[in-house]
Amino acid sequence: MSTPVSAPPGPSAPQGPAAVAEAEAERVSTGRRVVDRLIRARELGLVVVLLAIVGITGAIEPNFFDLDSIKETVLNVAIIAVMTAGMTLVIVTRNIDLSVGSILGLTAFLCGDLLTKHPGMPWIVAVLVAVAIGAACGLLNGVLVTWGRVPALVVTLGTMYALRGVAFLVTDGRQINAEDLPDSFLNVGSGTLLGIPTLIVVAVVVILLFWFVTRDYAWGRQLYAIGSSGRSGGQAAKLAGLKSDRRVTQAFVISGALAGLGGAMFAARYGTVDATAGDGYELRVIGAAVVGGVAIAGGSGSVLGAAIGAVLLGTIQTALIVLKIDDFWQQAIVGLLIIVAIALDRLIANQSEALLRQRSARRRTSA
Amino acid sequence: MSAVATTPLVALDGASRSFGAVHALRGASLALRAGEVRALMGENGAGKSTLVKILTGVDRPNSGTVLVDGEPVVFHSTADSRDAGVAVILQEPTLFPDLSVAENVVMGRHPRRSFGRIDRPAMKKSVQDLLDRLGVDLDPDRPVQGLSIADQQIVEIAKAMSFDARVLIMDEPTAALSGREVERLFGVVRALQARGAAVLFISHRLEEVYEIATVVTVMRDGEVVHDGPLSELPEDELVRRMVGRDVNQLFPKTEAEIGDVVLDVRGLSREGVFYDVDLQVKAGEIVALAGLVGAGRSEVVQAIFGVDQATEGSVSMNGTDLPLGKPTAAVAAGMALVPEDRRQQGLVMDMSIGQNATLARLGEMRSRGLLSPKRERAEASQWGERLQLKYGRLSDPVGTLSGGNQQKVVLAKWLSTKPRLLIIDEPTRGIDVGTKAEVHRIINDLASEGLAVLMVSSELPEVLGMADRVLVVFEGRVTAELSRAEADEERVVRAATGRAPVTEEIA
Repeated sequence: MSTPVSAPPGPSAPQGPAAVAEAEAERVSTGRRVVDRLIRARELGLVVVLLAIVGITGAIEPNFFDLDSIKETVLNVAIIAVMTAGMTLVIVTRNIDLSVGSILGLTAFLCGDLLTKHPGMPWIVAVLVAVAIGAACGLLNGVLVTWGRVPALVVTLGTMYALRGVAFLVTDGRQINAEDLPDSFLNVGSGTLLGIPTLIVVAVVVILLFWFVTRDYAWGRQLYAIGSSGRSGGQAAKLAGLKSDRRVTQAFVISGALAGLGGAMFAARYGTVDATAGDGYELRVIGAAVVGGVAIAGGSGSVLGAAIGAVLLGTIQTALIVLKIDDFWQQAIVGLLIIVAIALDRLIANQSEALLRQRSARRRTSA
Repeated sequence: MSAVATTPLVALDGASRSFGAVHALRGASLALRAGEVRALMGENGAGKSTLVKILTGVDRPNSGTVLVDGEPVVFHSTADSRDAGVAVILQEPTLFPDLSVAENVVMGRHPRRSFGRIDRPAMKKSVQDLLDRLGVDLDPDRPVQGLSIADQQIVEIAKAMSFDARVLIMDEPTAALSGREVERLFGVVRALQARGAAVLFISHRLEEVYEIATVVTVMRDGEVVHDGPLSELPEDELVRRMVGRDVNQLFPKTEAEIGDVVLDVRGLSREGVFYDVDLQVKAGEIVALAGLVGAGRSEVVQAIFGVDQATEGSVSMNGTDLPLGKPTAAVAAGMALVPEDRRQQGLVMDMSIGQNATLARLGEMRSRGLLSPKRERAEASQWGERLQLKYGRLSDPVGTLSGGNQQKVVLAKWLSTKPRLLIIDEPTRGIDVGTKAEVHRIINDLASEGLAVLMVSSELPEVLGMADRVLVVFEGRVTAELSRAEADEERVVRAATGRAPVTEEIA
């Protein structure tokens, strides 16, 4: 596409080589600043939008600042945010995981069922079982994608339906009710840790952990490398000796495991679980990641940005409810936001690429 | 020091490789010694890339061995060859566009500090050191996205140096570089040579080969036909060994009657890409746009056709001005464009030969509102016959054809629209020598039937053998216009590298 680019370096007023070089250096650093700003603007922009929504909604409807209302929002977001962290890993490798909603449904029920049938069991065991089942589902996804060479969209679309079907089989029309669950477990869902809701603590820990791992560990950077080279056939990852299949599978396992954790959180939070739990969550999770700046084509975006995206989407949803806006509009606005986010992504990518290209072109002509 | 005594760092001994009935490599041997720059010469399809694939562990020979320090080894993967100290620089660098220069260099081998975290300062410093040693000014923190091909190659070389590669294989590294960038690259190669690395250098540009290489291996039809010091092999002798026949024979130029001006382009510019291009093509005439890859030739023809929007100038066909940036208007006026990249732009690889060949005229393939496979087949087989297309069945996917036959399908697709002007970008890229001659014959025949042909080609023999007129493009400007009689290798190369201005006929 033709991006407006400034005039080519023409013979503009000769001033002697030193002056030219100086001007050059200045222009280069300006270019870099602009690029940096554009990139940073992403997460900052999200926070600004978030604050604006909170401010405006609060001004119109002071109820929005009710402690309950805030707590409700944040708790809802916690589950989505945990799953978004896993989804980010998968999308960064240029894949996608549509099965997380179904995994949540299945694990939420199994976790609750386990605790109902064995009231004496420590709740942490049930949580670990949920995580393990989620990880196993993720492993299935990963193996089909890497060994089977089936596109992730197809594989996880299949497992999305298949696992939902399994959930219906397992529940057999039953429903888990809060009164059947041990209080210790339900306390996790509604209780606090050092004054902060426990589920929030869990989400923050998960997000920080994976943000850290994808930023500061070779393992995480390889995920970005795999996604980035995937756009041109994956040759670069191969030549760098990266074990792409293994990494992609691991990303799916983590996504599945975190969906399993989300399932346990869901059971603890709501207490009522049937086979439809988590229906449609996969799209909310993907939407959060995309709004948070995770490029659907792989190779860029951060776990932190994706988490902010989740918070933003959750806040908008609550705001729209508080403002008593029609349900239909809520969906439309969320959809619009996703499109705006993607358009913004392309714009930033094009602009920064053009700037970077200009910079190297200038350097070359000045060399 | 005696050359015989030094054991080659890496060598190939009697390697053969066949793909079905095609013998890509027959008993080829090659030795890469420390401090040597060896040129590997040969036409497309001579077996050079197969040889490179074996040396880099991408492919394995059917027979024969790879030797590292005199010991036979088997490279099962690129990781094996890398561990043996072999690095490869491809024409198109393979990097991670989203990641920084530094991360590209260390990917797979990040330096660690406590708790296994990445040691960013150490990473940046080591890459900065490498770049300094290469004498290039690149910011290790910037993303690779947006770097020129030349800079990306430097990143590749830095990567090779970072794991102490002793053998550097460069597969047409200069194809996309400007003169100054080539000089910089050669400076780097000489520095590596002085440090005792062995370099295998593949290029089609003879003068570059003579500038940088010390020894040469010449290949033809999968065999090594010459191996020795380059200084003992004069240029014309080298070419003869590569080709195995006189170059002129390859292009049976038929004299065509030159008619009226079909395409008239005036002052066409696209800011930042090319400037002030004037050109005319007459009926029956073949005009070649010569120059280096990246000079802007493809961009010029794409702007003429209207795929890209020109910012200034005019394009007219048969005396009628065309709106700029409207390919449909160009097609309606009788223009056809055969693009450079067949797989991406010329064909729908999953569709059948017949469907591809008739794709440009879908409307006429209808019968009672539905596409008629019968009509499609009839039309396609007619063109298949005319262009001597070699195929199994018309319903086979076009991807199963060889490169040359794919090109014929693209030609059939456009010729069936009965164009007045055929624009063809790199007509024989990636096509084997035999089919190449056929494509040339077809283009010549078309011209003699009165078609105006505008051809972009990076292959000098093709330009000199085919064109009635040659326009040379350098960095977005036409630097020379030469008649068939005036055009010779030296003049074209000079104008294409912008080295010495060719005085005659510069606009």
